[in-house]
Amino acid sequence: MYTADGQVRPAYQRYSEWLGRQDRNLMRRKGIEAEAFFRRTGITFNVYGQADAEERLIPFDPVPRIVSGNEWRKLSKGIEQRVRALNAFLHDIYHRQEIFRAGRVPVRLLSQNAAFLPQMSGFAPPGGVYTHIVGIDLVRTGPDDFMVLEDNARTPSGVSYMLENRETMMAMFPELFTRVRVREVSDYPRHLARSLAACAPPATTGKPVVAVLTPGIYNSAYYEHAFLADQMGAELVEGSDLRVENGRIAMRTTRGYQPIDVLYRRVDDEYLDPLTFNPQSVLGVSGIMDVYRSGGITIANAPGTGIADDKAIYSFMPEIVEFYTGEKPLLPNVETFRCSEPDSLAYVLDNIADLVVKEVHGSGGYGMLIGPTASKKEIARFIAKLKAKPENYIAQPTLSLSTVPIFTKSGLAPRHVDLRPFVLVSPDRIDITPGGLTRVALKKGSLVVNSSQGGGTKDSWVLDD
Amino acid sequence: MLGRSANGVFWMFRYLERAENTARLVEAGFRMALTRDAVDADDEWRSVIITLGLESAYKAKFGRACAGPDVFNFILRDRDNPGNLLAMCEAARTNARMVRAGITRELWESVNEMWMGLRDMLARPVRESNLGEVLDTIRRHSTQVRGAMMGTMLRNEIFNFARLGKFIERADNTARLLDVKYYVLLPSVSYVGSSLDNMQWDMILRSVSGERAYRWLNAGRMESRTIAEFLILDGRFPRSLAFCYSKIQSNLAALAREYGSEMDSHAILRDTQSQLHALTIDEIFEQGLHEFIAEFIAHNQKLAQQVQRDYRFYE
Repeated sequence: MYTADGQVRPAYQRYSEWLGRQDRNLMRRKGIEAEAFFRRTGITFNVYGQADAEERLIPFDPVPRIVSGNEWRKLSKGIEQRVRALNAFLHDIYHRQEIFRAGRVPVRLLSQNAAFLPQMSGFAPPGGVYTHIVGIDLVRTGPDDFMVLEDNARTPSGVSYMLENRETMMAMFPELFTRVRVREVSDYPRHLARSLAACAPPATTGKPVVAVLTPGIYNSAYYEHAFLADQMGAELVEGSDLRVENGRIAMRTTRGYQPIDVLYRRVDDEYLDPLTFNPQSVLGVSGIMDVYRSGGITIANAPGTGIADDKAIYSFMPEIVEFYTGEKPLLPNVETFRCSEPDSLAYVLDNIADLVVKEVHGSGGYGMLIGPTASKKEIARFIAKLKAKPENYIAQPTLSLSTVPIFTKSGLAPRHVDLRPFVLVSPDRIDITPGGLTRVALKKGSLVVNSSQGGGTKDSWVLDD
Repeated sequence: MLGRSANGVFWMFRYLERAENTARLVEAGFRMALTRDAVDADDEWRSVIITLGLESAYKAKFGRACAGPDVFNFILRDRDNPGNLLAMCEAARTNARMVRAGITRELWESVNEMWMGLRDMLARPVRESNLGEVLDTIRRHSTQVRGAMMGTMLRNEIFNFARLGKFIERADNTARLLDVKYYVLLPSVSYVGSSLDNMQWDMILRSVSGERAYRWLNAGRMESRTIAEFLILDGRFPRSLAFCYSKIQSNLAALAREYGSEMDSHAILRDTQSQLHALTIDEIFEQGLHEFIAEFIAHNQKLAQQVQRDYRFYE
């Protein structure tokens, strides 16, 4: 919100003027209102392994995170380029594997990687789209610099917060939106429905039937699954509602079994088909992979896309972007040390106290070490793990992440944030909703924004300027 | 719509209806207990426990004594009673969450708020001093849920399955209430017409919020036959069997229109309904009220099962 010398940054000008005129108590009152709103709406998430906290709220901060129109236009170009490259990469590694032949990415990254699905080899998903929905995690490191922290190409979550945070802000501060022109995000579900329908499989007859597959009401993101199904006017199905019938995936309706054309699944690859993957799974549908491969259904995102957002692959993204688009990447990566490489490992071990070390296949902020805030004991434990299985880890420098103020008991205070815009891919276009999910580390000085680790969210504004 | 969603919305409304009826019964018992001395007050509370079919579960925990706070806490929130009112609300909410994409935001929020409100209120034991407030909260929330339902839901299959759940449950509740009063509550036949008898009828009428309507229709005459007629055959009274079945009929008819054909449930419905239409209260008493009600409950149950089969609620 502020520049280094304490000036209000241009994007925050109007907001800051408005805020200056507000009564101090207003924000506190609105914070309480917002919490009641979220509870009533049921925007909750479940934390795994905490029985007493079955449904928790992600803390919401009423100060918006603001990006100017110009910054956004620049960002969108970079995001679009990256998402095109991700899809081209996926197509390539499941077909000719040119990128390995060209020696730009080492082929060992596939052989050791559970996210690579041999079942997808030689198969082109309907419409040629692998990642129908992508979330790109960005951090700002300077006035004009955004970097990509992570790509989410499997089943990115959080889009319901993007939409509900905006609803909440509009309900709490309607007059603010008459003063500051903010670009609309509410079109997302409509775009999502259209973009999914555009990838209907060959077997579709008539208007494509879209359904959202959820693991069920006890899943941490169930609210979002129900929300998206509701907003799209799609059925919200569970594995137990589905079976294979006449070469199609059919859902048990009150009128009998009816075929589904596009399945927006919020179930991980591993659980999708007990016949092909984890035989214990009750969340998926037996035989869906056969139906998929014979053109009976579209699965979004396609199985096997996890290979593209793996942290080891991430470190090769600049090469990947260049290889498939022939352009220099518009959005830089964060510098990444691959511990599988002896030189990098030596560097990481020497400088571990200044680095963030992450598990290659981890997510959600679990299993990572933040050097500057870790205890000696934690560091020692991590060094042992690193030495035992170096290829399981990457390390990154701690960034001087930008901060945005949050509202605390003692007034506004800066906290670190990231931004996850959501990208929709159809055969003929890429839509990026102007906004996204801003996650904020609520603890002073903390860099961890994950909701499972006590992070909060903010409304994210892209100015219509 | 999904069979599982039809089942979810059906049970969501069964639980909501059951919770509301339970609260009404507690309210009636409370009202009656206040007007009696301590010993008789225990009798009133015992009637409530018996009426809810909780006698053996309650006895296992508390023995024979029926102190008010023990009874209403057992009904409202006791974990030793798996069918406690909070658990019903939770079951309604869980079903609502499951069918979240099929119901309106207003309806979902009203059910969620009801659950949140009761969870907080029933976190600690209820005392006589705040029982009124608790019951009042339940009633207000129920009314709000009903308003959200009627004001915002599309009149499609989802609505019809919801209403079927509601009226099948209500008919079952009213029928059981009447049966228990008639066959279980009174110590012996010699009590018929006694003040205890009248008290109990009064409680039954209150528990269906029908005391005012009944008095208005019958000039205050407390007589079992008239009351039974009111609760079974009077199609104007919203908790009577006849009323429930006229609703069930219109919901099933709407489904037949929407699906383009009738199912086996429609035949079962016609069977039960012809009973309600053809018989007078005297004929019912002649064949035996208890037998009549037992048969009605069985038919009602059969209808519920057939609806679940016809519309593929389960695999």
